[in-house]
Amino acid sequence: MSLPAMSLEPAPPDAPSVQRAEIVALPRRPVAGRAARVAKAVAGQVLPPLVTLAVIMLLWQGLTSASGAGLPSPAAIWRDSRELILNPFFDRGGVDKGLFWHALTSLKRVAVGFSLAAVVGVALGVLVGSSRMAHRGLDPIFQVLRTVPPLAWLPISLAALHEAQPSALFVIFITAVWPIVINTAVGVRNIPQDYVNVGRVLRLSPPEYFVTILLPAATPYIFTGLRIGVGMSWLAIVASEMLLGGVGVGFFIWDQYNASRISDIVVALVWVGLVGYALDRLVALLGRIVSRGVAAS
Amino acid sequence: MSSRAYLSIENLGVTFDAGGRASEVLRGVDLTVDQGEFISIIGHSGCGKSTLLNVVAGLIPVSMGAVIVDKRAVDAPGPDRAVVFQNHSLLPWLTVYENVRLAVDKVFRGAKSRAERHEWTLHNLALVQMLHAKDKKPAEISGGMKQRVGLARALAMEPKVLLLDEPFGALDALTRANLQDSLMEIHAKLGNTVLMITHDVDEAVLLSDRIVMMTNGPAAGVGEVLRVDLARPRNRVEVDGQAAYLAARHAVIEFLYARHQGLRPAA
Repeated sequence: MSLPAMSLEPAPPDAPSVQRAEIVALPRRPVAGRAARVAKAVAGQVLPPLVTLAVIMLLWQGLTSASGAGLPSPAAIWRDSRELILNPFFDRGGVDKGLFWHALTSLKRVAVGFSLAAVVGVALGVLVGSSRMAHRGLDPIFQVLRTVPPLAWLPISLAALHEAQPSALFVIFITAVWPIVINTAVGVRNIPQDYVNVGRVLRLSPPEYFVTILLPAATPYIFTGLRIGVGMSWLAIVASEMLLGGVGVGFFIWDQYNASRISDIVVALVWVGLVGYALDRLVALLGRIVSRGVAAS
Repeated sequence: MSSRAYLSIENLGVTFDAGGRASEVLRGVDLTVDQGEFISIIGHSGCGKSTLLNVVAGLIPVSMGAVIVDKRAVDAPGPDRAVVFQNHSLLPWLTVYENVRLAVDKVFRGAKSRAERHEWTLHNLALVQMLHAKDKKPAEISGGMKQRVGLARALAMEPKVLLLDEPFGALDALTRANLQDSLMEIHAKLGNTVLMITHDVDEAVLLSDRIVMMTNGPAAGVGEVLRVDLARPRNRVEVDGQAAYLAARHAVIEFLYARHQGLRPAA
């Protein structure tokens, strides 16, 4: 950017006095410089992903435009699914709704299952982190259970709960709870001895210690767990809805597959990705607000 | 004599059980401290001086003997033996004010009204000249300032014995001198009984009424106790060069480096 240099140039040749030229030039330079810098920074952030996206689209178009390709090209998707893309809010009753409504239904399920997982996960994590015996007893079991894939829980929960709705919630819960438990436990175990000693010298009671020292000290770890957990619960909801049916992005994808509307599936995948990304950012932002100061120490 | 002492450490032994292997850190430590006395404990790294302080604080249990503060045996930590830790240990999610207020609320709940506790918190921050930063987080202030706040938090508990664990060890020389001067002023004003760990000979001589020199571990004990005969208030510039100052300094250096050299080189 040559903007700052240009703003200086007019001054020297025929300015009435050297002093005045300087006074005019000085306030101007930083303003122009700042605008340019901001523009440059924004461009530096926004351009690379846009370029990548364009390249992917072109490649995709090139690979799928040949006749007989299994997947639709971007142009074909635009042709087939324009209404779905442009109007996410239509509702014609039943499961014939815009993707916003499907995503909202899935998000509500995630909200319930994930909230439950957060409460239980933090509580269990605190227990495992603060008691050596609880750690020895529970940690190996958690380590085994956390590797069970979400969908493997589905038949079990269906058999136990008999109904689709609570089963879906259980799958979300059981998927999201492990990273929360494990990260919380690590956070509690890693509380610096100095903070523990402060609590002991002040003779804090267990509830006081929990609120004033344990919880704030473990907050960054807890939010790491919550962030992983929310991502995993979004994975689980889409998978479990595919099997359970009704309204929701997961079932929408399955339904469109059965109707051979691959274009609609691609649009739904974009929604799934964007919502998952938004969830992740949301929890990360919450974590940064709540644990402000702790991470800076 | 020991019955009159304010703080008395009697035949104290501390043994750690490290994975089935017992390691004796302190053996037969005897020390009596009068009310208002400023005592420094000096010794090589690993000699157990921090262990001694932590035992008085109640953070480490006594294996043998006893620690008695104001006629009561120490068996647990408590605010009557407030500690200023080497790395300040302020809670980073609380402001400077809140860090001190936490201690004030805990110690004086019931004894002081809400307004009085607020005043007392501000009073102690003013005492260490940190009132100006009361709304800052620990991460926003310098290392010396953090130690000042740590000192304010300890003083605010009105401890019977103030325990300082190498409080200025991590600070640069100028900041350290500043804090030493502040500590001397506060000690002169409040008359606290102080037990301070240090590895700085000048600091020990300048601040202390008596210097406790510890032998090397394992099974360390009190090697020698030196009385510093310098009138108070002391001024670091005037004191420097006085015969009593030099004599005390020499005695400590002689003890540390001629007779009880660190066993582990460059530990």
